Amino acid sequence: MKTAAQTVLTGQPRASDVVLSVQDLAVDIRTHRGTVRAVNGVGFEARAGETLALLGESGCGKSMTAKALAGIMDPVCDLAGGEIVLNGTDLAALTPKERLKFAGPELGIVFQDALTALNPVYTVGTQLGEAFRIHRGLSAKEAKAEAIELMKRVGIPEPESRVNSYPHQFSGGMRQRILIAMAVALNPRLLIADEPTTALDVTVQAQIMQLLRKLREEGQMAVVLITHDLAVVAEEADSVAVMYAGNVVESGPVSEVFSDPRHPYTKGLLESVPVHVERGAHLKSIAGSPPELHDIPAGCVYQSRCPLVQDICRAERPRLLPVNGSAAVVQTGAEDDADNGLGADADLDGGNYAGNFAGTRPPRPGRVAACHFSKELNNV
Amino acid sequence: MLIYLRKRIVSSALPLVVVIVGVFALARMTGNPASLYLPLNATQQMRDDFTARNGLDQPLLVQMADYFGGVLRLDFGQSLRTGQDAAAMALRAFPATLQLAATTMVLAVLLALVVGCWAALKPNGIADRISSFVSMAAASIPDFWLAIVGIWVFAITLGWLPTSGVSGAGTWVLPIATLLLRPFGVLVQIVRGSMVSALSEPYIKLARSRGAGELRVVTHHALRNAGAPALTVAGDLTVGLVNGAVVVETIFGWPGIGKLMIDSILQRDFAVLQAAVLLTAVAIFALNILIDMGYALLDARVRPVTARA
Repeated sequence: MKTAAQTVLTGQPRASDVVLSVQDLAVDIRTHRGTVRAVNGVGFEARAGETLALLGESGCGKSMTAKALAGIMDPVCDLAGGEIVLNGTDLAALTPKERLKFAGPELGIVFQDALTALNPVYTVGTQLGEAFRIHRGLSAKEAKAEAIELMKRVGIPEPESRVNSYPHQFSGGMRQRILIAMAVALNPRLLIADEPTTALDVTVQAQIMQLLRKLREEGQMAVVLITHDLAVVAEEADSVAVMYAGNVVESGPVSEVFSDPRHPYTKGLLESVPVHVERGAHLKSIAGSPPELHDIPAGCVYQSRCPLVQDICRAERPRLLPVNGSAAVVQTGAEDDADNGLGADADLDGGNYAGNFAGTRPPRPGRVAACHFSKELNNV
Repeated sequence: MLIYLRKRIVSSALPLVVVIVGVFALARMTGNPASLYLPLNATQQMRDDFTARNGLDQPLLVQMADYFGGVLRLDFGQSLRTGQDAAAMALRAFPATLQLAATTMVLAVLLALVVGCWAALKPNGIADRISSFVSMAAASIPDFWLAIVGIWVFAITLGWLPTSGVSGAGTWVLPIATLLLRPFGVLVQIVRGSMVSALSEPYIKLARSRGAGELRVVTHHALRNAGAPALTVAGDLTVGLVNGAVVVETIFGWPGIGKLMIDSILQRDFAVLQAAVLLTAVAIFALNILIDMGYALLDARVRPVTARA
C-alpha cells in the first residue's frame, strides 16, 4: 500500500491522501490525586483537502488531543503512547527539539481565543513574520513583507498599515484571521483548528469558517477541526470522530454518522439539537455528566448516562468495531485490509470507499462505533 | 509622550513640597544646633547670637517661608558645619550613592533574571526549589548584620578586602554584596512568578507551534511579558537602596548621600539635610517616571493614548 511517506515524494498533495494518521494515542495528566488518562487509545485519519471533526463535550479530551498532535501539551501532561504519523513521520517518536522543525512548515494550529493566543507585546507583523524568520531565516524586513502578504491572504484590510498594530487594536474576528494566517504561514499539510469560532459571534463565525474552507482548498491541507458544535460539524466536516471521556466512541463520514448514529452518545448529542420544538416544550438533553477522569468505570465509558445500559456494558468495555456490516476498518486493521484486497470487498453502504481506490489509495476507514448494542440502536 | 512627561513632572511638584515641609519640621525637632556647635561653657548670649545669626529664632513658618523663597532661587542655604553651599555638598555626595545603587541594581536584575527564568522553566523542579530557598534567604537577611559579618569575615579574619572607604575595586565588593542580596532575593521570586505565569499563556504555546525553541520562547516571548512586575519591584527596590545606603554607607564609610544625611542629622546641619533629602526625593520621582516610561516601552497597551493605527 502507498504510505504517507511515499505521497510526500510525489510532491503536491492530492485530494484524499492521508496526511495524518493517529493511532492509539494516549495522554496522561499528572494530578495531585494521581495520574489520569485524559486521552485513551484515540485514532483517526485526516486527509488532504478534507476536514475531520473531533466532536465532544468539554473535558472529553479533544483539545488535549489537539495539543498532543501539535506537541504543545502542558508540562503536567505526558504522551503515554500511540503514533502520530504526519506525512510518514511519527511525531510521537521525536524529541521536542526535533519536532520544532515540523511546527510551522508541516503543521499549524489555531486556538479558540485569539486574544490570549497572540502575544500582547509584539505587533501582529512581528508575530506573523516569526515563522519565516525561524524556518526560512528571513530578515526582519523580508519577514514583514511576508506578513503583509499573509494578512492580504486572510482578508485583513489595509495590511500595509495594520501590520504594525498590536493584537489589542484588532476586533475579535480580525484577530482570529491573524491567528489563522499564522498557522498557514508556511503552507503546512495539516491545520489543527481548536474551536476556532467558539469565542466569536455568529456572523463572524461564518466568515471564519469560510476562510478556513478557502485556505483548505488552496493548500489542499488536511484540517482537524475540534468543536462541540454539531452544526459546524455538519456543514464543514467530511468525517467525524465523536469523543467521550478520552475515547473515540464513534467515527465515520459525517453524513452517515449524523443520519444514522451507532453509538447512544452520538444519538443523544444529535437528539439534543432542538428541531421544530414548540414554545414551552422541554428541550432534550443527555442526563447526567461525563465521568470524572479519576474514576472512569471498568466497562463502557458511557454506562452511567446510557439509556440502554446492560450488565455487559458494566463488565466489558466495547471495542471500536465496524458497524452496518462494513468490512473495514478498525484503525489498526486498515493496512492489512488494503494489502490483501479485503478492502475491495467492502460493503459500500457501510461507508467504505476502499473499493474505489483499491491499489492506489489507502482505504477509507469505514464507520466504527464502540457499543455492544450498536446494531440495535435505531430500534430504540 | 512629551505632553505626558510634562504632566508627570508638574504633578510631582506638590509631593515634593510636602517632603520639604516634613523634613523641615522634623529636622528642627532634633534640637537646637547651638548646643552642638558652641562650647559647653558658652553663655546664653552666645547661644542667642548663634541662633539669631542662623535665623533659628524666627517662628517656624517664617523660617519655612524663607527657605522656600531660597529654593525658588535655587539657594538651599549653607552648611552649619563647613559653611559650604548645602546643595553643592549634596550634589557632590550623590554620584557615589548613584554608582553604588546602579551597579548593585544592574547586577541584581541580571542575576535575578537568569536565576528566575531558570527556576520558572520547571516549576517545583530541583532548580526551582534551590532558587526558592536561596532567594528567600537572600531577601530575609538584614543588611546591617550582613555588612558587619562581611567585614568581620572578609576584612578582619581573612584580610582579603578593605573594611571601608573608597579606594580601588576591592572597596566596592562588600558594599555591593551587602546591598545586592535583598533586591536579588526579592527579584528572583518576582521574575520566577511572572515567568511561570507568562510561560503558561496560550501565546507561548502558539509560539512553540510556530517552531520557536525553548530559548526563543523564554527570552523573546515570555520575558517581555513578565517584565512589567519585575520593573515595578526593581524600581521600588532601587528606592529602597537609598534607604539601605544610609546604613551601608555609614558602616563602610562610603561618602554618599546616605552618609551625608546621617552626618547632617547628627550634626543638626539642617540645610544640608534638607538639600540631601530634596535631591533624593527628586531622584525618586525621576526614577518613577522612568519606570512608567519603561512600562510603555515593554507593552503597547499601557502607552499614553495615541491614534489607533
